[in-house]
Amino acid sequence: MNYTLLGKKIGMTQVYDEQNALVPVTVIEAGPCPVVQVKTVESDGYNAVQIGFGKRKDRRTTKALAGHFTKASVGNLQNLREVRCEQPVEQQPGDVLTVSGFNPGEMVDIIGETKGRGFQGVVKRFGFAGGNASHGSMSHRRGGSYGMSQDPGHTFKNKKMPGHMGNVRRTVQNLLVVRVLEDKNIILVKGSVPGANGSNVVVRSSVKRKRSA
Amino acid sequence: MNSVIRDITADQVQPGRDQFKVGDGVRVHTRVREGDKERIQIFAGIVIARKGSGIHQTFTVRRISFGEGVERVFPVHSPLIERIEVDRESVTMRARMYYLRDRIGKAANKVKEKRLFEHKP
Repeated sequence: MNYTLLGKKIGMTQVYDEQNALVPVTVIEAGPCPVVQVKTVESDGYNAVQIGFGKRKDRRTTKALAGHFTKASVGNLQNLREVRCEQPVEQQPGDVLTVSGFNPGEMVDIIGETKGRGFQGVVKRFGFAGGNASHGSMSHRRGGSYGMSQDPGHTFKNKKMPGHMGNVRRTVQNLLVVRVLEDKNIILVKGSVPGANGSNVVVRSSVKRKRSA
Repeated sequence: MNSVIRDITADQVQPGRDQFKVGDGVRVHTRVREGDKERIQIFAGIVIARKGSGIHQTFTVRRISFGEGVERVFPVHSPLIERIEVDRESVTMRARMYYLRDRIGKAANKVKEKRLFEHKP
């Protein structure tokens, strides 16, 4: 399985690396993530583990969920997520995954939900150039033509138009792990990650670039 | 600032590094690597701006080099800076001394110097 943790984006800062270069990093609180359920081909038709993160208040936990957590003898968790695996995993329900599974120097993918930007025009949403600002132009931030005339007689599907922007799940691939603070469950990755500070993210070892160390 | 972030950067903030003001004449001793040798290079000039806080803090030093104005921006807490020497203190009415960019000749380096008043007995 691709080593995966659930976490929370804390914010961005900068740190100096060994070459004394100032590196922009995102601070992510990742894990500890207890394994809640292990799925196998025999029982469910595919291999996966379900992991959880965060703390859910007792009075917000439904009886069905409480039973699910008790079965794995883990506390009430806020977020649950399933991770598919090729091979049956050796983890048992109740095992805890932590940031110690990541090492500085390797690559991770981060999945998060981007900041919501509301209803936006095509200039911001798709990077259209817009029209002239002056010279009598009355088309400043418009999207231009939406298509031809009687033939084809309709606007093509997927024509880029104004609409809702942001608030979608996005994956950033191949971010370098700069530092891992095991005692604080914190991982520092180079560059930015989707979402606002405090939003939920998924940290997973890179799919495209396997760990070299 | 988030307390977690402050803790992460706290060990890289160099204590006592920021003992200078805008307008001060400074000599910045930087470590320069040439091949496998390391030497100290000095950039001397006037601090015309300070920006940011914590680990992000930077300062801009301006000098006139061979008749041409040169500005260099340093991160205050960079490990490549050996030390920052203040050789001229001054009194300024501005937080950013960008007006020095428009000055030519002798006036380009002119900043009101700090005078220590002698107490008459």
